[in-house]
Amino acid sequence: MATPLIQISHLEKAFASNQSWFSQWRIDRGKLRRKKDKVHALNGVNLTINQGETLCVVGETGCGKSTLARVLMGLTAPSKGEVHYQDQRIDHLNDRQRMLFRRRMQMVFQNPYASLNPRMTVYQTLSEPIAFHNPQLSAKQVEEKIRPLLESVGIAPSNMDHYPHEFSGGQRQRISLARALSVEPDFIIADEPLSALDVSVQAQVLNLMMDKQEEHNLTYLFITHDLAVVEHFATRVAVMYLGRVCELASTKTLFSAPKHPYTQALLSAIPRLDNNTTQPIRLMGEVPTQMDKPIGCVFQARCPYANPRCYAESPDMIRQPDNSSVACHAVDEGRL
Amino acid sequence: MNLLSVSNLNVNFHLKGQDLAALIDVSFTLNRGERVAIVGESGAGKSVLGFSIVNLIDKPGYIKSGSIKLDNKEITKMTRPQLQEVRGKRIAMIFQDPMMTLNPVLTIGAQLVEAIRSHTRISFKDAKNIAIEKLHSVQIASPEKRFHQYPHELSGGMRQRVIIATVLLLNPDIIIADEPTTALDVTIQAEIIQLLLDICRNNSMALLLISHDLGVVSRIAERTIVMYAGRVVEEGPTLEIINDPQHPYTQGLLNALPQMALPGQRLNQIVGSMPPLNERPTGCAFHPRCPYATDQCRQQQPGFINSGVSTVACFMVEDMLTDTNSDYDEEID
Repeated sequence: MATPLIQISHLEKAFASNQSWFSQWRIDRGKLRRKKDKVHALNGVNLTINQGETLCVVGETGCGKSTLARVLMGLTAPSKGEVHYQDQRIDHLNDRQRMLFRRRMQMVFQNPYASLNPRMTVYQTLSEPIAFHNPQLSAKQVEEKIRPLLESVGIAPSNMDHYPHEFSGGQRQRISLARALSVEPDFIIADEPLSALDVSVQAQVLNLMMDKQEEHNLTYLFITHDLAVVEHFATRVAVMYLGRVCELASTKTLFSAPKHPYTQALLSAIPRLDNNTTQPIRLMGEVPTQMDKPIGCVFQARCPYANPRCYAESPDMIRQPDNSSVACHAVDEGRL
Repeated sequence: MNLLSVSNLNVNFHLKGQDLAALIDVSFTLNRGERVAIVGESGAGKSVLGFSIVNLIDKPGYIKSGSIKLDNKEITKMTRPQLQEVRGKRIAMIFQDPMMTLNPVLTIGAQLVEAIRSHTRISFKDAKNIAIEKLHSVQIASPEKRFHQYPHELSGGMRQRVIIATVLLLNPDIIIADEPTTALDVTIQAEIIQLLLDICRNNSMALLLISHDLGVVSRIAERTIVMYAGRVVEEGPTLEIINDPQHPYTQGLLNALPQMALPGQRLNQIVGSMPPLNERPTGCAFHPRCPYATDQCRQQQPGFINSGVSTVACFMVEDMLTDTNSDYDEEID
């Protein structure tokens, strides 16, 4: 039985949009009122991340995947909802209280050109977190920790005094991973770590991530829009749309029998090498903005199967016979 | 006759007092209405090739030798006004990031009208009609409204559609698309791919697609050119290259795709990385990363041979072909 490491319940996050003061005034029922528009990035996310698994979060731009990562890491506070790490609630902690969890949760960012400090050598980049979280270590002991760490990600320790610009994109992403691993975390959030890299380099980084998971029994939350990577790498997949999880299933189930109409469209859109005969399912229109919280299902505007119930009532995640969970009225009613 | 033919193109860059070769002896042809893809990792010279076709290589780069012929007219020797005629009207380019291509302080309409009016002498009203018609043809909803909007008001997919509309304005013969879908989501990518395909088929335009995504390439292109370290290493029909890649580099690229490995298994990575311009090895540039490299590969540059599947520059393929041929001879004896 899988033990949950992180539990997310009813998580919501709204950002105030940067409107001018003047445009915040509306006439509402004969009265002048001031109302700030809000962008609803997360609209009630419920997720459990189990120990030792790789949970992939997929979805289009603007679906809230990166916001989810930032809220989990405590980089932004949620508007509503709770995040539990094992038994402790970790949202709304202050910096000092959070420090303990910062050591256990680390993050790898999308762009290795931006996430490494260009004015710090690799040694400085890696020694800072180690020395900070282990103040008892001497400078020599810190260096002794860094050498094997660099070697394990395939960077020669002799290059320790080089600056980020002297490395290629793949090497930089491996240094980012080494930095995340330097404090021996249990849980790593990787936000699109491969999208800035070439196919062959992607393979290197992905292999390294899988090796490290095996060595240290790591749990990954892997955020991506590349479904080919997901199919290869994930234990379970959560598909997000407009701030909600619309389908959650084991990788095998999701790819063999996608249920939510959005998942079906996403999967059909992957350009594959083998079958070029199948036409992708076309979704009408673009992702709507998250300015107004929609009544009913978030996918209603682009869904080919929408009926009046979808416009009125928001679907809940319902467990299916094959252990996947889907939030869709059409699936629930057996229309699909 | 070929619409575009590039032969023995060499492009060099003057960097840090060195003269470095970015493209070495690149030759290929493009026929009317044909869709060809150029594939390779970053640094292979794909984009440099795209830019040099419209003579957009700027200092410190320059075209050292070779010829680029459009309908038998030499592009490398054209004057500025002649080039102006070619760019946009005959050959149009689509770039990776639509936000970088569109001017953020001008409306979509102003940019489209400017593009038409700089090439043809027509009234603003006529130009506007053409622009709206083209916006409509790339499936932009309510084009009259979009005409007056600024680029930041549109989503990424919509912006790329506007770019495609701009390209269509002057009915060019060739579209060069440099990673047109890299910045987009999968669902939007699928739509843009379909749009590009439809446009090329309906107007019999030739497409030169520059991409590193073999999935996208297999959807669009009829023929594929694989580049490594400034040279063409393999060229042939897309489907045949994907089903039976000959060059070890092409094999490596295909094997590195996640769908080529069993779920949960390690991916087959190509060891090492593309050498930078100033550290190109002798002989076959791929030899440090090639699992089959021999002494011959380290010293000599392989020539092109026809393997039956594709045209390929590799000593291993060459040896295999001669071996099978000699076996065949023995059987006859």
